[in-house]
Amino acid sequence: MNKLSLFDLLALVIHRDLLLALRRRADVLTTLVFFVMVVSLFPLGVGPEPEVLRKMAAGVVWVAALLSSMLSLARMFSADYLDGTLEQMLIAPQSLSVLVFGKILAHWILSGLPLVFIAPVLGLQFGMSFQSLWVLILVLLLGTPILSMIGAIGAALTLGLRGGGVLVSLLVLPLCIPVLIFGTGAVEAVNTGITIIPNVSLLAAMFLFALVFTPWVTAQALRISME
Amino acid sequence: MTIHWFKYAAPTTFYGLAGKLIPFFAWPSAILFVAGIYFGFFVAPTDAVQSEAYRIMFIHVPVSILSMFIYLIMAGYAALGLIFKTRLSSMMASALAPTGAIFAFIALWSGALWGKPMWGAWWVWDARLTSELILLFLYLGFIALQASIDDPRRADRAGALLAIVGSVNVPIIYFSVKWWNTLHQGSTIKFSDTSMHVAMKQALFLMMAACWLYTIAITLVRVRSIILERERNTQWVSELEEVRS
Amino acid sequence: MAKHPYMQSYIIRGYFITGHCHKLMLEISNLACMRGDHQLFTGLNFSLGAGEVIQVQGENGSGKTSLLRTLCGFIQPEAGEIHWRGQDIHKLGEEYFAEMFYLGHLNAIKDELNSLENLRISAGLAGCAVDEKVALAALRRMGLRRREHLPVKVLSQGQRRRVALSRLLVSDALLWILDEPLTALDVGAVGLMEELIGEHLSKGGMAIFTTHQPLQVAGVETRVLTLS
Repeated sequence: MNKLSLFDLLALVIHRDLLLALRRRADVLTTLVFFVMVVSLFPLGVGPEPEVLRKMAAGVVWVAALLSSMLSLARMFSADYLDGTLEQMLIAPQSLSVLVFGKILAHWILSGLPLVFIAPVLGLQFGMSFQSLWVLILVLLLGTPILSMIGAIGAALTLGLRGGGVLVSLLVLPLCIPVLIFGTGAVEAVNTGITIIPNVSLLAAMFLFALVFTPWVTAQALRISME
Repeated sequence: MTIHWFKYAAPTTFYGLAGKLIPFFAWPSAILFVAGIYFGFFVAPTDAVQSEAYRIMFIHVPVSILSMFIYLIMAGYAALGLIFKTRLSSMMASALAPTGAIFAFIALWSGALWGKPMWGAWWVWDARLTSELILLFLYLGFIALQASIDDPRRADRAGALLAIVGSVNVPIIYFSVKWWNTLHQGSTIKFSDTSMHVAMKQALFLMMAACWLYTIAITLVRVRSIILERERNTQWVSELEEVRS
Repeated sequence: MAKHPYMQSYIIRGYFITGHCHKLMLEISNLACMRGDHQLFTGLNFSLGAGEVIQVQGENGSGKTSLLRTLCGFIQPEAGEIHWRGQDIHKLGEEYFAEMFYLGHLNAIKDELNSLENLRISAGLAGCAVDEKVALAALRRMGLRRREHLPVKVLSQGQRRRVALSRLLVSDALLWILDEPLTALDVGAVGLMEELIGEHLSKGGMAIFTTHQPLQVAGVETRVLTLS
């Protein structure tokens, strides 16, 4: 029997999660529709003045991204928990952190990456300039993985609890505030003609920090929750 | 000389010890509180700029400082409980959380009351107020997570992990909010900390000490009831006088 | 007695078993387990060597599943130790998992995938790449011929259990920990399981399982551990 390398294992986990999502497309699509809907509600709420809309566009997109990633977080581990696959992952003879990292990456591909593609279209609705749209794409690319990574910890801690979906938002949203601040800050900077480098660097620093620690912390959280 | 620390780390012995210690913290706290209020409201002079309204500071400042400290102490206890598997440490963390949350809430409330006469608005998105609000959310998350887990061991360990992640995040949140604030408001409201009257300092010190002692006393009371709740089926609890009567 | 450091005695249901570390792979000493406030068992001692099998018995709620989950390392024991090849399983971690197979009440299979995909993916998560031929052979031996490509959600409970059990055939684990493996299985499948466990033991493997149905492994005496 061939032993799998860590990279093969990572690929396997991602392949598996994507395959499952493909066979249950509705889950992924509802999250995207939710994102589009939340963003579209804002002009209806605050009025169609282009000046106001342009000013708040980045913030609206980011808040909607936060909310829609919360929606999909509850699903990150729960299906595997309910059918026993998570138990098997916990006793897999490889590092659990790698398995968790694969699941986080798959979650981001399914719930974060589509937002990066849709956001510019929504940005156009808000009258954003092309320059700020590019910045928005850049910070979403850096920021949405952080949301998935921090969210994974919350999802692991609330596994199998009553009211898990609401609880996970309560735990994770406050921790995501810096991402929101730096993400919108960069777009605002480009709008006012300042350099975006501080915001983007801070976001990149958070990304790397999260990349190093969150898979391991999530693995510990899963062990705690499965006891 | 060796001190048997672990003897007191056992909930059984700590229950009795905590019971004996409570009055030593509760009474001084009450006395200092009365003294602090007296100094703050009758001895300390009226402020030249803020007139009488500044006096809410004697509540607001100690409470906001403590609300931040308590989070760190709570995370510390929770981490000890997670790493060394000492049950008492985890119980202390759970006992501290409500006090921290209440202090954060009072800090927000008194901040709003102070803000109205000072800034002309109940709420200003000032860096300190905003971080205090986020801190309150962090406390509520910790309490809600522990409340929704039935198994105390899982509750302790899950709460501990959340508190550790939270405390790593607290500085990031604080500085990001501060930065966000300076970008948006240009000039934040600054307190003139140059000349504080001696009586003001004394009153502030008294209130600070009173709040510390109150925190210790109420935490001991709460940890005693957590011990009783967790150990309710054990022999020693059923032999306690207060349980038998 | 204890002249050699590894020489120890083990008592199980009145039998006095003496062994050496090479034969005794899994050693449980003084194990205690709690669920909530409830003490499930204390002072549990037993050991398992190559070619041996233990059936765990007990009423509902006596802690059979908790015992097996403790052996897997999911649950930290309240007291006592679990040693595999002379070392604590919590220290061994992944080394121990590599030699262990666990199947719980839950089948750990996905409704959206077919039997073949389920088998290959779950074997992959357990660290072994299984090629299609081997996987198909395993499924056929488990009596799932012509159902290899059907989504699992159209299969019956017994067939799902068979898909889950087919992982045994592609695993090279030494220690099998099976929680109610016979649930929902028909007579033929129960016979097949007896056969599989027999083969596994004859190759020097070991097994510990819970069941409410009688399970006889030919040529081996099944030791019984009763939890009360």
